[in-house]
Amino acid sequence: MIEPFTSFTGTAVPLDVDNVDTDAIIPKQFLKRTERTGYGQFLFFDWRFENGKERQDFILNQDRYQGASVLLARKNFGCGSSREHAPWALSDYGFRVIIAPSFADIFYNNCFKNGILPIVLSEADVDMLFQRTNEKRGYQLSVDLESQRVIDSHGFEAYFEVTPYRKRLLQKGLDEIGSTLEFKDKIKSFEEKHRIYYRIDRNEKASI
Amino acid sequence: MGKTLYDKVYDRHVVYQGEDQPSILYIDLHLIHEVTSPQAFEGLRMNNRVVSRPDRTVATMDHSIPTTDRSLPFRDEVAKKQVKTLEENCREFGIQLFDLESENQGIVHVIAPELGITQPGQTIVCGDSHTSTHGAFGALAFGIGTSEVEHVLATQTLKQDKAKTLAINIMGELPKGTSAKDLILSIIGKYGHDFATGHVIEYRGEVIQNLTMEERMTVCNMSIEMGGRAGLIQPDEVTFNYLKDKQYAPKGEQWEEALSEWRLLYTDDDAVFDQIVEFDASEVVPQVTWGTNPGQGAGITDVVPSPEDLPISQRKAAEKALQYMGLQSGTPFDSIKLDKVFIGSCTNSRIEDLRKAAKIVSGYKVTDSLHALVVPGSQTVKRQAEEEGLDQVFIKAGFDWRESGCSMCLGMNEDIVLEGERCASTSNRNFEGRQGKGARTHLVSPEMAAAAAIKGHFVDVRNWVTKEREEVGS
Ligand code: SF4
Repeated sequence: MIEPFTSFTGTAVPLDVDNVDTDAIIPKQFLKRTERTGYGQFLFFDWRFENGKERQDFILNQDRYQGASVLLARKNFGCGSSREHAPWALSDYGFRVIIAPSFADIFYNNCFKNGILPIVLSEADVDMLFQRTNEKRGYQLSVDLESQRVIDSHGFEAYFEVTPYRKRLLQKGLDEIGSTLEFKDKIKSFEEKHRIYYRIDRNEKASI
Repeated sequence: MGKTLYDKVYDRHVVYQGEDQPSILYIDLHLIHEVTSPQAFEGLRMNNRVVSRPDRTVATMDHSIPTTDRSLPFRDEVAKKQVKTLEENCREFGIQLFDLESENQGIVHVIAPELGITQPGQTIVCGDSHTSTHGAFGALAFGIGTSEVEHVLATQTLKQDKAKTLAINIMGELPKGTSAKDLILSIIGKYGHDFATGHVIEYRGEVIQNLTMEERMTVCNMSIEMGGRAGLIQPDEVTFNYLKDKQYAPKGEQWEEALSEWRLLYTDDDAVFDQIVEFDASEVVPQVTWGTNPGQGAGITDVVPSPEDLPISQRKAAEKALQYMGLQSGTPFDSIKLDKVFIGSCTNSRIEDLRKAAKIVSGYKVTDSLHALVVPGSQTVKRQAEEEGLDQVFIKAGFDWRESGCSMCLGMNEDIVLEGERCASTSNRNFEGRQGKGARTHLVSPEMAAAAAIKGHFVDVRNWVTKEREEVGS
């Protein structure tokens, strides 16, 4: 079960690239696994490693950002493929918060299913956070989900939007399927009235 | 106030409209494949849950499978396990699977339409972002993550808030020698890679009405490349003619009933979109992307841009992209030399795409130093192409002719572009490393890819001299 999210403080790391796509977050060679865990080691693989060694020019590899858990990013973060392996990798690596001026829809949605809070702030606020992160070693950000605020210890404070449902998802670690299954009867009666114009037979090889 | 096409499809599928949670939306068709489903099935098993509607779930394998001789064993053990896992899951839960032996196997977004399973007014989801393809039929179709795949398997519904709507009105006339791919690449190039984020797009206007179903699929396929949650086109006679008599399309009386329902699927005249843009198709020229997102493209007659000439907000990304792509600003596109050419993917691997490419290739030979391959989108496309002798045109010219699958679109199998190599590709993403680590991808239409394979560099297909095809067979 995913750890409930209430408030959180962590070291920020600035990834100064627009349009970071999910192919970059987790390259396709790692999508053949059938597990849900263990993807952190492959996060940003092609940017992080060269011939099996860590690339010092990649931000996550720098000493001052070790243990970072808040990812500062640029616009349209998480675009491209719908692979949930992307948030799996980010969360397994240790990220719990991602702050950017905008996110791609599918990625944004996937984050909430995996205990990651994606926060949209204005370009100006994100610029300021980038600047502060670059200037101050060990720069930390705190997030309070209940009041929907991001703050630092130098006077920065910003409010962010999140729908009440998604907020609850993170705070309580809701079982979404279980809660939908409570509407089983409603779904059944909907199905009875709703027309579908194709017929697929069950798999004949089915074992049940 | 009237309703948009999106409103109509969405509203017809609302099972429960919650106040404190997103609406529960019924899903008519759930497509699954080997890469994004194993963890979802595992989740079901862990919670002792079953698949709610196996009869509304269709599976195939396309992403990680080899496209070479299928009688040979898999060389990739991990991919083999993934494919086996899908087989076992489909057997356990009673889901119809078009496996590697099936004559219906192919890329998920190619087979559902050609089998007539994709139909107007449906809600369709798949653990794949190019599910937007099916919007060409006036179906609300979008990609989802694996947690949602599990949710749909267990409940046949999805929780979803309503999206904003964006109308792209396409005016004018698509010039001779340009294609649907050039159209959509031009639109993304003009408005940007994230322009439609949070919106469901409806493509409208005469240009769209004049496209064939396959061309409409090419357009809708790339909706996600400008961030769109889905792309829609109003179904019309073109749609109905395409679907009629397809294997899973309704027949007889049912067909008539379906038709009368489908004819109601249009945006009312007084409906309001959240955003509207007008695009003039008459200025479209054959496109080539030069960067690492599909919005970084230009016309074949242009030169590689200089970051200083772009708006400030795009400069840094352009510099990074040019460096990765190994391109100098000012280089004419027709002087860019290529190592590989890939004709395939859910964007451009249907029979019309192959016909158009074959027409260019016919009577010519692929440049010696270049490796070119054609990967049909499905076994059905492959059979059809072989019946028409297209395979022979490609093979004679020096192309590889493969079995159907995603192949070099994402390089999960052995079909990859090597580090530093340059590839003209009919697929939909030119991201860093998409076709292989360090691979340099240029997105183009099938015609442009075919011509580039012959010349070894990009050329303007509008000036191509086609040769008559020699009689094949005998
Ligand atoms: S062809 Fe490419 S884009 Fe289409 S489904 Fe396969 S991998 Fe995805």
